[in-house]
Amino acid sequence: MFVPGKWSEDICVRDFINKNYTPYDGDESFLAGPTQATTDLWNQILELRKKEKENGGVLDIDEHTISTITSHAPGYIDKDKEKIVGLQTDAPLKRAIMPFGGIRMVRSSLDAYAREMDPEVERVFQYRKTHNDGVFDAYTPEMQRARHCGILTGLPDAYGRGRIIGDYRRIPLYGTAFLIAQKRKAKDQILPDVMDVETIQQREEISEQVRSLYELTKMAQSYGFDISRAARNFTEAVQWLYFGYLGVVKEQNGAAMSLGRVSTFLDIYAEEELRNGTMTESEIQEVVDHFIMKLRIVRFLRTPAYDELFSGDPTWITESIGGIGLDGRHMVTKMSYRFLHTLENIGSAPEPNMTILWSPNLPENFKKYCAKISINTSSIQYESDELMREKFGDDYAIACCVSAMRVGKQMQFFGARANLAKALLYSINGGRDEKTGDQVGPVRNPITSEYLDYDEVMARFDETCAWLSKLYINTLNVIHYMHDKYCYERLEMALHDEKIDRTMACGLSGLSVIADSLSAIKYAKVKPIRNEMGLAVDFEITGDYPQYGNDNPKVDRIAAEVVRKFMKHLSKHKCYRNARPTQSILTITSNVVYGKKTGSTPDGRKAGEPFAPGANPMHGRDRSGAVASMRSVANLQYDYSEDGISYTFSILPSTLGKTEEEQKNNLYNLLDGYFNDGGHHINVNVLVRKTLLDAMDHPEKYPQLTIRVSGYAVNFTTLTHEQQLEVVRRTVHSKF
Amino acid sequence: MIDSAKGYVHSIETLGAVDGPGLRFVIFLQGCPLRCKFCHNPDTWRFEGGEEYTVDEMVKKILRYRTYIKSGGVTISGGEPLRQAEFVLALTEALQKEGLHVAVDTSGIYCEGVALEAALKADLILLDIKSFDREKAKDLTGFTTDHAWSLLEARQKENKPVWIRHVMVPGITLIDKKTDGSSFESEEEWRSANSELLDGMRRLNDYSCIERIDLLPFHKMGEFKYEELHFPYELKEVEEPSEEVVEWAENALEEIRK
Repeated sequence: MFVPGKWSEDICVRDFINKNYTPYDGDESFLAGPTQATTDLWNQILELRKKEKENGGVLDIDEHTISTITSHAPGYIDKDKEKIVGLQTDAPLKRAIMPFGGIRMVRSSLDAYAREMDPEVERVFQYRKTHNDGVFDAYTPEMQRARHCGILTGLPDAYGRGRIIGDYRRIPLYGTAFLIAQKRKAKDQILPDVMDVETIQQREEISEQVRSLYELTKMAQSYGFDISRAARNFTEAVQWLYFGYLGVVKEQNGAAMSLGRVSTFLDIYAEEELRNGTMTESEIQEVVDHFIMKLRIVRFLRTPAYDELFSGDPTWITESIGGIGLDGRHMVTKMSYRFLHTLENIGSAPEPNMTILWSPNLPENFKKYCAKISINTSSIQYESDELMREKFGDDYAIACCVSAMRVGKQMQFFGARANLAKALLYSINGGRDEKTGDQVGPVRNPITSEYLDYDEVMARFDETCAWLSKLYINTLNVIHYMHDKYCYERLEMALHDEKIDRTMACGLSGLSVIADSLSAIKYAKVKPIRNEMGLAVDFEITGDYPQYGNDNPKVDRIAAEVVRKFMKHLSKHKCYRNARPTQSILTITSNVVYGKKTGSTPDGRKAGEPFAPGANPMHGRDRSGAVASMRSVANLQYDYSEDGISYTFSILPSTLGKTEEEQKNNLYNLLDGYFNDGGHHINVNVLVRKTLLDAMDHPEKYPQLTIRVSGYAVNFTTLTHEQQLEVVRRTVHSKF
Repeated sequence: MIDSAKGYVHSIETLGAVDGPGLRFVIFLQGCPLRCKFCHNPDTWRFEGGEEYTVDEMVKKILRYRTYIKSGGVTISGGEPLRQAEFVLALTEALQKEGLHVAVDTSGIYCEGVALEAALKADLILLDIKSFDREKAKDLTGFTTDHAWSLLEARQKENKPVWIRHVMVPGITLIDKKTDGSSFESEEEWRSANSELLDGMRRLNDYSCIERIDLLPFHKMGEFKYEELHFPYELKEVEEPSEEVVEWAENALEEIRK
């Protein structure tokens, strides 16, 4: 029934998709609404979620069972109504404990929710070490200091690292029996003359992978399905694929547990059903809705502090949709629509994290539909397929927010980020932390001149970056060695080839703060105010300086140069498992916490004030409107930030145009413009009235917030807080 | 001479989606002779000040945004842009040469000489008709609307498109309450009290050059600017019109335009 090819003999999902998918150019009119069963199920989930919220954010915890692929008996929401089954534990929203990343994290999470650690579980970890223990056994004092002061932050050293995408499509396409056989064959071929560390590690890992596939088969069996064989129809394909994902989130609680690029793959099965007349559109959509519903209730047990850092309880089940194939055909299918349509059928939701791989060559109808869904739900992010296809081909997917990787062929070692704004302060303060006074960096004489000199600061900053990049990579080497050793992602890796490209995914935060600080030093006069210990704790700025976010090459060039230079430094160091260093400019919401930990900076930002998120300009400093700010961001080079450049944009629907048609067209022209300029990623928040007041109180959460009506000459972001409040108070009741 | 024309710019908005068709680069020029009581940009009134740009500098700046505005264009607003008619004319010509669509957002107060030339050169005029009552307009803005109608005539003669904008100010250009202060019971009742507005809309039907009429509900987002500038704000007591009344006005417009 499917066109055969290379995929028929060997594992090659891309070939299967390429030979069998049907591009769809039409509009959304074919879509079907929710069935009664869908609405019923979703209402039950809403009810449970309400209870979860009332219960302080956690509905229930199974604190007795160490979660594995097979640890829990089957669980259902409403068995008769569910087209797609499978839960992480035996009940919906009941959270499991996953201690292999760190038993400490489990202990403090249970503590936070007034639960006791089960003595049996505790006993296991008297004998069994976790990733977290391993890391701290190997950290150097310098690493600990850097971590403590927050120049290295968000490191995955206490829980699962995440950001690895299993190729879940392999399960429906081949069945686990074939996958196991292929893995065995691969292991048999690894028989070198010298049993070195790498070989031993790989042989052990493949054995673990095979074991995980057996366990997955057993788990599926407990739900009454035989996934050892390939899926035979659409519903099975979705169910098989979901089981793969489910097995993974029963064992790994990584910060981001992304899904991959499954919709166009699944469309091939759905098309077959439609061709044969064996399923209706409504039946197909129902299966999709039930699948998405399951993804929306994936839960991990985490500490409230963790949730604060990420503003909620995110899982980053990212699904990449669209893009253009290497043969020039676009990869939008009816299933791309159906996935987005779940946001209409069962309401908007942050998960799964729908990511459109944007190209100017996507079909117009699809672009308009995306714009419409964005305006109505704010639940879509967009990334440049043009930039990524060149580096990753046409079967890559996004992990977390912006990290592209070839599905099943590439993985990354998640490295969180270095706080470069702090690094700049270390450069001025001779390696001492501006908050604590601790000597964290190498001892140097602090800069003592009355006014900061650009060349002197730049030279010092470069030295600091050289030191920091080395420390950073070494720290990550420790973390990932230990994660492989104590918390290996055996099922995700079972769904990868044996030959893996690995990247060491570093990151930097505070880009706009550094760019503006350096610009201030260069184009205005900046005088450090030093405390009794001689630390620069504040800065006096005389004169204006060009600010990042206004499409001004004077400062935009500085920003691009900072990114390029830090990448060059990172590239010099040797990484664990020969990973290739990359970096991202990404913070989701942690820019607030990083800001808290960082003293006043030479751009005029006061100690403790939030950074802008990701690559965003500082809020209030983009004085020429959002497009100018997008151009500044698009000026950063993806080549030096291959793990992604994140930009968040907020707008009111009425600012995008008067009618819905105008709003759709304007948004998609905006996206075309941004990606044509070389932008990599954009988050589009279309605000509703009730979030506007929150935006006033937390401008850092709603960057580049744009409010305009016809003829009105004001850039909302540049108003003071009081002015914004006044404008909103006077207008919020009816206008937006 | 014209090439060396300089413009004085109050501010720039690179994301314009509500001032003409498509995505637009919006330039707000400094200075306006009108003193509309409902103005939301009183900070643009002063004739002095503004950032100085040559036509060349401005064109260069705008062309950086070409990919965004290729299906939209540029809107020159203000202030009253045609007070700087030579700059507007030169800029319009230069942008049109680059294949960009140019809209000028004006009250029509300057409609002779170079200003008229510039107004006729624009691909689109966004024309504010401040009130459909000539005398009321004088009280509301300091000037009658004679100039606006004559600009409209001029565009009509040349068959060049115009979008009309009309701000609905409760109690002045829009009757949103009965004389006793209570709300209208029905759309019919409201219509009978708003013959001025409705007749005005009908009058616009005589002009085939009008492509669109935007009824803009009065809003107070500019009020804080008056306080900062220490200008008196005469419409302090006026409230924004209710959604219902705005909808009635839109309905009436739709019927009349059919």
